[in-house]
Amino acid sequence: MPIYSEKVMEHFMHPRNVGEIENADGIGEEGNPVCGDMMTFYIKVKGNRLEDVKFKTFGCGAAIAVSSMVSEMAKGKTIAEAMKITPKSVADMLEGLPKNKFHCSNLGAQALHKAIEDYQNKQKAGGKA
Amino acid sequence: MKKVYLDNNSTTPILPEVRDVMLPYLAEHFGNPSCLHEWGDPPREALETARNQVADLIGGAPEEIIFTGSGTESNNFAVKGLAMANQKKGKHVVVSAIEHFSVLNSAKTLEKMGFTYSTVAVDKYGVVDPENVRKAIRDDTIMVSIMQANGEIGTLEPIKEIGKITKEKGVVFHTDAVATAGTIPLNVKELGVDALSLASNMFYGPKGVGALWLRKGTRITPLLDGGIQEGGRRAGTENVAGIVGMGKAAELAKTHIAVRNEHLTRLRDRLLKELPARISRVMITGHPQNRLPGHASFCVEFIEGESMLMLLNSQGVAVTSGSACTSRALLASHVLLAMGLPHEIAQGSLLFGFGMSNTMEDVDYVLDVLPPIVDRLRQMSPLYSKFVKQSKGG
Repeated sequence: MPIYSEKVMEHFMHPRNVGEIENADGIGEEGNPVCGDMMTFYIKVKGNRLEDVKFKTFGCGAAIAVSSMVSEMAKGKTIAEAMKITPKSVADMLEGLPKNKFHCSNLGAQALHKAIEDYQNKQKAGGKA
Repeated sequence: MKKVYLDNNSTTPILPEVRDVMLPYLAEHFGNPSCLHEWGDPPREALETARNQVADLIGGAPEEIIFTGSGTESNNFAVKGLAMANQKKGKHVVVSAIEHFSVLNSAKTLEKMGFTYSTVAVDKYGVVDPENVRKAIRDDTIMVSIMQANGEIGTLEPIKEIGKITKEKGVVFHTDAVATAGTIPLNVKELGVDALSLASNMFYGPKGVGALWLRKGTRITPLLDGGIQEGGRRAGTENVAGIVGMGKAAELAKTHIAVRNEHLTRLRDRLLKELPARISRVMITGHPQNRLPGHASFCVEFIEGESMLMLLNSQGVAVTSGSACTSRALLASHVLLAMGLPHEIAQGSLLFGFGMSNTMEDVDYVLDVLPPIVDRLRQMSPLYSKFVKQSKGG
């Protein structure tokens, strides 16, 4: 049996929302190359919604599929809704992840949340509308 | 779709001639070789034929061959068994930093049993300096275990030179020859070793069978207690079919080794030369020339090995990687780290193991499909975009 679910393979082979957003409203980075996976999320916020979400990922098949799935789950959602995305909900949407990949490769939700926090911090600091 | 198997470092396929000689021992010749009735005769004779064939491959005597269940078992047996048999002389062993886990973890187990061990470093090509082995040997050292070649980087080690030192110091010398036995010509007398591990599935034999060659008169403590199979050194009813297959594979390897190596070296050298020419920021890992004939290994910067492996697999190409994500333990290869490579580069490891079924067309196929895969993953990689921005800025 292949180690990855069909859903993981599908996202790995055809990842959604790969790239960077110029002048992003928030950027979040999680992981490092030592553990093998590193993800950067970029968000564009309009009103209270994530109008656009993009990512760049260095990592294994699971890491790429996780990033793609998180971007899809978050895009168009309100900030409050996006903050509710968890590693568990991402893994469920991907029809499961191999046990040993659950922690190290499943960093997408954290990276997204960091991007949102980055946006919120900038808001506080700059008072920008 | 084209299918290209380039993972002969993980296992070679079983040759049809090998499989054919095994089959009778899975059918009519099912008897136990230890039995004295006529059912025991054919399997017992077959074991002795195989013992001769394996001994012949490495220039040893048949009574010096102990069949085991794998290369891993042979290494465990050698490291633990030789240490235990010699513990009255001392309790210190020496290994290299790039040994297979079956050797490294055996040394760790010895440590828990009251032994100590020293690890000899390697240079950037993964080569052990024999003088460093000399320096690591102490008054209480009883054994040295250094592999003949590392399967991950292909580098060949100076076993003969180390053998001279261990002989001079009166220390038992084991070499893990799993990657080399049946692959390159070798002779235990010339190498100056006392014990040498082999695995059948590295030279077109079946899995689940290996051997330890042990120089006559060398004392070893068995790992398994039980009957007197293999001269009392490895108890348990023999894997007759597997051993027969290993014997045939050894005979074929000895006969064809020169032809095989000429073919494999041509394929290897083309990939070693062409891949770095077609992809930027790729480095060869291991020694560029002094390496296993069918072995080509690289690190591709800014991307990770498992994702390359999976995309190559989607194009029908089977390879392996030493990246953290590829290993079940999720640790980057201790071999690449021992050579001084930083983690982020070790993560981009890719290994190609050519076999006799491969052709120059297969090399061309890899050279066609790999660059777009690397490109695609780099477009996704935050490390690559940082690199591009820095190079523009600088």
